[in-house]
Amino acid sequence: MGVAARLAMGAVALCVLGGATFWYLTAPVRLDPIRLAGLGTGDAAKGERIFWAGGCASCHARPKAEGGAKLELAGGVELKTAFGTFVAPNISQDPKDGIGAWSVEDFANALMKGVSPSGEHLYPAFPYTSYARMKVGDVADLYAYMKTLPSVAGKAPDHSLRFPFNIRRGLGLWKLLYLDDDPVVEFPEKMQEPVLLGRYLAEGPGHCGECHTPRQFTGATNDGKWLAGATAAEGNGIVPNITSGQGGIGSWSEDDISNYLETGFTPDFDSVGGTMVEVQKNIARLTPEDRAAIAAYLKAIPPHPNGYPPRKAKPAS
Amino acid sequence: MRRLILAISAVALTATAALADPISERQAIMKSNGKALKSISAIAKGEQPFDADKVMAALKTLNEDAQKIDVEKLFPDGSQTGGDTTASPKIWDDMAGFQKAVDKFKADTASAVTASPASLDDLKVEFGKVAKNCSSCHEGFRIKKG
Repeated sequence: MGVAARLAMGAVALCVLGGATFWYLTAPVRLDPIRLAGLGTGDAAKGERIFWAGGCASCHARPKAEGGAKLELAGGVELKTAFGTFVAPNISQDPKDGIGAWSVEDFANALMKGVSPSGEHLYPAFPYTSYARMKVGDVADLYAYMKTLPSVAGKAPDHSLRFPFNIRRGLGLWKLLYLDDDPVVEFPEKMQEPVLLGRYLAEGPGHCGECHTPRQFTGATNDGKWLAGATAAEGNGIVPNITSGQGGIGSWSEDDISNYLETGFTPDFDSVGGTMVEVQKNIARLTPEDRAAIAAYLKAIPPHPNGYPPRKAKPAS
Repeated sequence: MRRLILAISAVALTATAALADPISERQAIMKSNGKALKSISAIAKGEQPFDADKVMAALKTLNEDAQKIDVEKLFPDGSQTGGDTTASPKIWDDMAGFQKAVDKFKADTASAVTASPASLDDLKVEFGKVAKNCSSCHEGFRIKKG
């Protein structure tokens, strides 16, 4: 055998080995049986709170749906990002086009591990990176509540993503690096309620960090600048800094934050705008205690200066 | 000749003055709206006693401000950027939709003044209707900037 042939064989072997390693590392990982056992039967009445805290309807109702139509989770909202356009799928109870045929275990694996019932990786535009921090009991309650919502036929269009982001299997590597269920902000052991409830709501179901935290080039949140504000994923705007650091909301009291989440008005009586309008309407459906907990959490987290670049200088004219 | 030049520059000056600075004009209107809302929100929430005069004064300010929003004059072509405007490009992409939102704000503030709320319950209804305009318009037609 010549040197060239040997080299070629070596290259092939390396490729096979590399491919096998890739396949092994990118395999979908589901919830372990111990956690799945904690799901229980689920309570639909309690699940409604989780539904609004999670903001499910903001992406999964039809674009611009209002009132009762918000509970028809037909999908179709587009999220235009640097990776391409994501389209929120149908998560209504339709057994064919929605998730009506999913078991509670399927639902929990999608929500907390980003794995579909058929074993595909879901894209983290669906914020399972935050939902991973949820309590399994809350996930079961949410499942029970969503069972009470209407079934709507019709699939939403597929995502339209650039290479290599259109290869789902690759997400396995990304998840190895970035998917975990630990809280982001660690507090001293003596930390009191309602801060811990606020942390749960904000870091878990509320997924505040998905927009309010700047992202690295890999698309993962830069947790060293947690909630410091970020360049918006869509359009030319920014998402504000909601820590107490420079440019943030340090001058707001806990009451100011609660009031904003309830009414949509800042202490200066500017109003909520952009995509936060939907979020604020959802949070307004929670209890005053839940809103106060989120406020207490935001006042307790480490302050950071703005996580987005300063505005360009004004044009000369 | 000198007179003619002077006259022309005077006309030119007034013409510029008429357009003044639409960005700061619209921002001043919004600031005034915020102040008026602030003065009655504590009443509307029941944290302060109902004061009919204060309520009417605020509603009138809101209505006067609303009627000042002449979309053509305040959002002319060329005022998409500049200053520290946070107006969204969507205003110019969807002028008809924006005009509709402005018209709704005008109608709601006018009807709040006509209703002349005499009790906290009446105020809550009118305040709610007027305040809804803020977020519904800011949802699509404003962007946050750093």
